[in-house]
Amino acid sequence: MERNIFQVVWFVLWGVLWTGYFVLDGFDLGAGLLLPKLAGGETHKRMVYNAIGPFWDANEVWLITAGGATFAAFPRAYAIMFSGLYAALLLLLFCLIFRGVALEFRSREEDPLWRKRWDTVFTLSSLLATVLLGVAFANIFKGLPVDGKGIIHGGIFSLLNPYGILGGVLFVLMFAVHGASWVYYRATGELEERARTLALKLWPFEFAVSALFLAASIVFTNLWNNYFRHPVLFVFPLLAIAGFVLTFVFLRSRKALASWLSSALTIIGAVAWGLAGLFPNLLPSSISPAYSVTVYNSSSSPLTLKVMTAVAFIFVPIMLAYKFWVYKNFSGKLTEEDVYGEEVY
Amino acid sequence: MDVLMGSRLQFAVAAMFHFLFVPLTLGLSVLTAIYETLYVKTGDEDYKRAARFWGKLFLINFALGVVTGITLEFQFGTNWRYYSEYVGDVFGSLLAIEATLAFFLESTFIAVWHFGWKRLSPRLHCLAIWLVAVGSNISALWILLANGWMQHPVGYVMRNGRAELASFWKVFTNPFGWLEFFHTVSAAYILSGFFVMGVCAYHLLKRNEVDFFKKSFRVAATFALVFALFEVFNGHLHGAEVAKTQPTKLAAMESLWETKKGAPMYLFIWPDPEHERNAIELGKIPGLLSFLAHHSFSAEVKGLKDFPRDERPPVLLTFLSFRLMVGLGMLFVLLSLWAWIKRNRIEESRLLLKLLLLSIPLPYIACELGWMVAEVGRQPWIVYGLMKTEQAVSPISPFQVLVSLTAFIVVYTALGIIDFYLLAKYAKRGPERA
Ligand code: HDD
Ligand code: HEM
Ligand code: HEM
Repeated sequence: MERNIFQVVWFVLWGVLWTGYFVLDGFDLGAGLLLPKLAGGETHKRMVYNAIGPFWDANEVWLITAGGATFAAFPRAYAIMFSGLYAALLLLLFCLIFRGVALEFRSREEDPLWRKRWDTVFTLSSLLATVLLGVAFANIFKGLPVDGKGIIHGGIFSLLNPYGILGGVLFVLMFAVHGASWVYYRATGELEERARTLALKLWPFEFAVSALFLAASIVFTNLWNNYFRHPVLFVFPLLAIAGFVLTFVFLRSRKALASWLSSALTIIGAVAWGLAGLFPNLLPSSISPAYSVTVYNSSSSPLTLKVMTAVAFIFVPIMLAYKFWVYKNFSGKLTEEDVYGEEVY
Repeated sequence: MDVLMGSRLQFAVAAMFHFLFVPLTLGLSVLTAIYETLYVKTGDEDYKRAARFWGKLFLINFALGVVTGITLEFQFGTNWRYYSEYVGDVFGSLLAIEATLAFFLESTFIAVWHFGWKRLSPRLHCLAIWLVAVGSNISALWILLANGWMQHPVGYVMRNGRAELASFWKVFTNPFGWLEFFHTVSAAYILSGFFVMGVCAYHLLKRNEVDFFKKSFRVAATFALVFALFEVFNGHLHGAEVAKTQPTKLAAMESLWETKKGAPMYLFIWPDPEHERNAIELGKIPGLLSFLAHHSFSAEVKGLKDFPRDERPPVLLTFLSFRLMVGLGMLFVLLSLWAWIKRNRIEESRLLLKLLLLSIPLPYIACELGWMVAEVGRQPWIVYGLMKTEQAVSPISPFQVLVSLTAFIVVYTALGIIDFYLLAKYAKRGPERA
């Protein structure tokens, strides 16, 4: 296949979709996995659910779109990755199923036991989904044993190598801080303070594991090569570091929204760092670089990419506009009365 | 069990289960939007309560529609790897467009509707539910254009060892896809009309909130009748398109073995695939099949024997599903006509009310049967005439598929039971007090 500029455009758009997914679903996954730590009683639990209530579903659509875009722009990568990571991917999908129904079903019965069970389902599925995403991306950064026929060798357990596990832990901490700062931003009363304290407590761990991950990447991956070739790319890790520091500063100075935005910046920087290091690979082969799945050997035809580019350039801005409007209108402070009534979870 | 069989079963389970929730989403969003519009226009509080009541049932149903859709989006890659590589250039973009145009819209505005009763003006709130309805119906269009392309591939060239897009316009205007869209969406509206009528019937039989439920009923009866009539008409056009583009499927739908000019239709048939004939044929109507398929009483209709055995779909399943769907379609016309005639004094027709209550599951059955016709009838092709299903399947281990298939069945059954239990509970509880 010939190389063309649209392949690069779609790599960037692909990266934007994943970044959007992690920044947005990141906070509701984080709030979910922290639920037992954040919330004691029913009112607090409801506050956590309603803090993410109007957003989680639309946030998950970023994942669907990222999946769809992989299929459309890089069908060979979609085919190889999703069949090769069969068990891990299906496990992730089942987590998302359980998360979604837990949110919807929980408040439909009064029985405390019913609610308690769905709370547990919600926490565990949020946690496992986060771990799986982290493990999967770390392994993609590292490269998987893809052979000449595009078959990935090794099962789900081979993903649980030290670097993969580190990726899982990193995602948990990143999303936890992100989720806690979102709850801090939306909650009032005791929960507000609790979320802030928790975010501050988790922050040093997030920082330490991130540093470890960046260092481990020198040993286990080739991500840094692109950086030494094109030093301008260093803005991404610098953004992530700036985000880290600012998150801490704003949490300390009780600027809730600013701390959440800084945490979002951390995630943007971190994801951009990884993906910029990956380019032009979508899935490096650990057997031989010749077998790597790249944007050049897996992309759709130029016509498809052009059509998709047109669609993206028209409809993504519209989508961003209404999403922005929704965030602006539906993310105010929640009081204790707000979370009781008909139109809440 | 091999990987192929397991993957086919798994896709069938996942898709059919998804489609238990899809039609009610498509239709009840429109009905809820209509009720809320009536409230905004007339100020009648009953219509506001109606929007809230039906909207709550909508939300319970929507939850499972969403989560079961997500697994489908990824299953093309997990289980149909070579399919994805071979046709992704054309097919993948339709899925991606669906997500960009439709899923963001519906998922965002359903939350606006759910959380916005106090925050938005009545007009803006009403707009939110219309956007949900538009979003979900747009999603249906794109996914059915994708499915329509598998049924009747157009606008592609074979290049680089795969099907590549040649004309996006041809893919977008594929008549097969549009026929599927009209047929499926009308089916969804019928289903939702019968759902609403059935729930109303339950309460009217108990003389619960009679005025309230009569108002809901009138709208639903009209809605169901219009689309039941339209369904027969576009279903017939759909059949004619199948005759043109997928002769093997048509022959299986009609259990026609010999190629015939002036092919008759029989009121009752029992196929005997082993001996390539029908064991029973009763009630002959001369020339009707030719007429329905090709709009001429003397036209030639191809029989199954004209095709090699390994290119024929399973006859019995395709045939029975088709017959039953059409039979149910006729029944829906009669029932909804009766309901429409009685709509202003419906509380007096207790027999009809009982029938309507019992009819709630029937359109669900008709929809599932329709998909059996479309998908089983397409076999052995995954993309008709282009790629066989057996060439499409991923190189994964049978054990993996066995585990995931079992997980799908167990988890979906459990969640399905809970969801239908909750739907029934809130349907029986009725609207909030005025
Ligand atoms: C005729 C309509 C129709 C058909 C044939 C399908 N769907 Fe569907 N789908 C919808 C109509 C729909 C919908 C009405 O838009 C849903 C149903 C309930 C809902 O919440 O939205 C939906 C939800 C839905 C979602 C979740 C969207 C969200 O999070 O809001 C995904 C990812 C898919 N579907 C994907 C698929 C795939 C890959 C299919 C093909 C195998 C498929 N659907 C068949
Ligand atoms: C939601 C409604 C749908 C239902 C109920 C449905 C039903 C089925 C069934 C019963 C099968 C198994 C057929 C067999 O193996 O004999 C199947 C297979 C399949 N369908 Fe569908 N289908 C639906 C929508 C779609 C759509 C919209 C697409 C594509 C966009 C699609 C693509 C496929 C594929 C790829 C297979 C697997 C290959 C095969 O076995 O034919 N389906 N579906
Ligand atoms: C009464 C006359 C009807 C006729 C003549 C008719 C005709 C058809 C035909 C020919 C197909 C197969 C198309 C294909 O191979 O893709 C089909 C599919 C289908 N039918 Fe029907 N149908 C009728 C009624 C109904 C009713 C009442 C429902 C549901 C309430 C329904 C739901 C479906 C669905 C969901 C499909 C699969 C999607 C599609 O292919 O469009 N049909 N129908």
